[in-house]
Amino acid sequence: MAGAATLHLGSDHAARFESKQATRETPLVKWTILAIALGFFTLFLLMPLLAVFVEAFRKGWETYLTALVDPDALSAIRLTLLAAAISVPLNLVFGVAAAWAIAKFEFPGKQILITLIDLPFSVSPVVAGLVFVLVFGAQGWFGSWLSDNDIRIIFAVPGIVLATVFVTFPFVARELIPLMLAQGKEEEEAAVVLGAHGWQVFWHVTLPNIKWGLMYGVILTNARAMGEFGAVSVVSGHIRGQTNTLPLHVEILYNEYQFSAAFAVASLLALLALVTLVIKSWVEHRAVLAYRDSQDTAS
Amino acid sequence: MAAARTFRVLPGFNLTLGYTLGYMSLLILIPLAAVFLKTTELTWGEFIDVVTAPQVVATYKLSFGASLLAAAINAVFGLMLAWALVRYSFPGKKIVDALVDLPFALPTAVAGIALTALYAKNGWLGQYLEPIGIKVAFTPLGVLVALVFIGLPFVVRTVQPILEDLDTELEEAATCLGAQRWQTFRHVILPILLPALMTGFALAFARAVGEYGSVIFIAGNLPYVSEITPLMIITKLEQYDYRGATAIASVMLLFSFTLLLIINGLQAWTAKRTGRDR
Repeated sequence: MAGAATLHLGSDHAARFESKQATRETPLVKWTILAIALGFFTLFLLMPLLAVFVEAFRKGWETYLTALVDPDALSAIRLTLLAAAISVPLNLVFGVAAAWAIAKFEFPGKQILITLIDLPFSVSPVVAGLVFVLVFGAQGWFGSWLSDNDIRIIFAVPGIVLATVFVTFPFVARELIPLMLAQGKEEEEAAVVLGAHGWQVFWHVTLPNIKWGLMYGVILTNARAMGEFGAVSVVSGHIRGQTNTLPLHVEILYNEYQFSAAFAVASLLALLALVTLVIKSWVEHRAVLAYRDSQDTAS
Repeated sequence: MAAARTFRVLPGFNLTLGYTLGYMSLLILIPLAAVFLKTTELTWGEFIDVVTAPQVVATYKLSFGASLLAAAINAVFGLMLAWALVRYSFPGKKIVDALVDLPFALPTAVAGIALTALYAKNGWLGQYLEPIGIKVAFTPLGVLVALVFIGLPFVVRTVQPILEDLDTELEEAATCLGAQRWQTFRHVILPILLPALMTGFALAFARAVGEYGSVIFIAGNLPYVSEITPLMIITKLEQYDYRGATAIASVMLLFSFTLLLIINGLQAWTAKRTGRDR
């Protein structure tokens, strides 16, 4: 499902199309398309983004800062960082393992496995949260055993981490599978024939080839992990200062009509999104350079 | 049997495949199976009663209707945006290109409150729309706006690479043969783009149906009017009606599985049509 978000190595093609009569539109058509496209972009993407920051500062810097240093906000920041710090490495290791198995070996059911990895993308976040309530909740499969042993998963931090892992599950794998399939396995096989061990092959041959794709996957995983709302909302229980992540804290403030505070916290998340997009563009840029280098040495 | 095993040069097959299957079963497959097992606690009659209750059916109509419409809007405007990004140069193009992914990166709750602020009675857009009788915030129209936001990058990012790969020769040939620009687009370019466009449409649709965070703030959540299906699950959970919540979730899951298969088919078609398959 994240097919739309995979690393693509596009450079500027406009010159190629604009230079030829056959691939050009009349100026009227061109400017109409451009105006509609950019108008749509402004209306649906730019304005919501600007609105976050304008609303956040509506009541001035002081209100803004007060909202951010509020103990509940700080604890929400900590929990959000914690959830990301656990789920990103877990899904990173999974993504590399899955891509290695799929790209380097042939086995029956491979196509089904690739489809199954995509599954969490097509499941509603609300359903993603619900499944863990069914397994670990008070009336769930392990509910009575967990309460006998005084372990809380639902309405506690472990549930939030589980839900986050679920929704961010495919990102790294999704990024690496097509990349590693395209690269084949000749280089690794050569390394093995020359006497390298499994880990040496991975560190010195595979990793340098996939590092940009890997980083891309990690950035996307991290952005989603820190921003997830629906799934986390189901399992969190919304206990202030304890089980509220940043997006949930935004919701609570908003529902209490503390709009400026809600937008102040939201602006942190919007900043995170912008930083994510900047790093993403940078990674794409580096990947294009690395790709050109490899083409140059090949020819 | 040992002799029949294929010889593998590279190490780590058992380790990585075993880990992949174990991790995926534990975190994804078994929890998802819980939904269907829990649903079997209901008799068929009870299940049908829950999933066809009038209030629930009203949410299907809104969720599916608004999602289809949003995906269609995205297919049209997303194609134009992708076209502009690939074929025209204009100032700020790099920034526009990067910001197309904003809905992937911006937490849905933030998008939700931002859109609500824009379209509320005194918001930047709402103050002009309400006097002319268009209410967006807290109506089904608001749901549509949020779903358009969420789905936009899917269409742009599936169509864009295909547009970039197009050779200029095709259009030059069409022009030489006397085709008008629109005819070239309609009969030469569009057939090549169609599979990708449909994939983008399906991806945007699938995402929109399950979307929760960006919708609930702007929807107003009036029963029978602006309630979406995922919210129905939350409402049932809050009433401790786990079986009811699970029954609706299983309907949504079945739908997701079906869409996932369709999308896979569409992607294979895209690869074939554009020669991207190996």
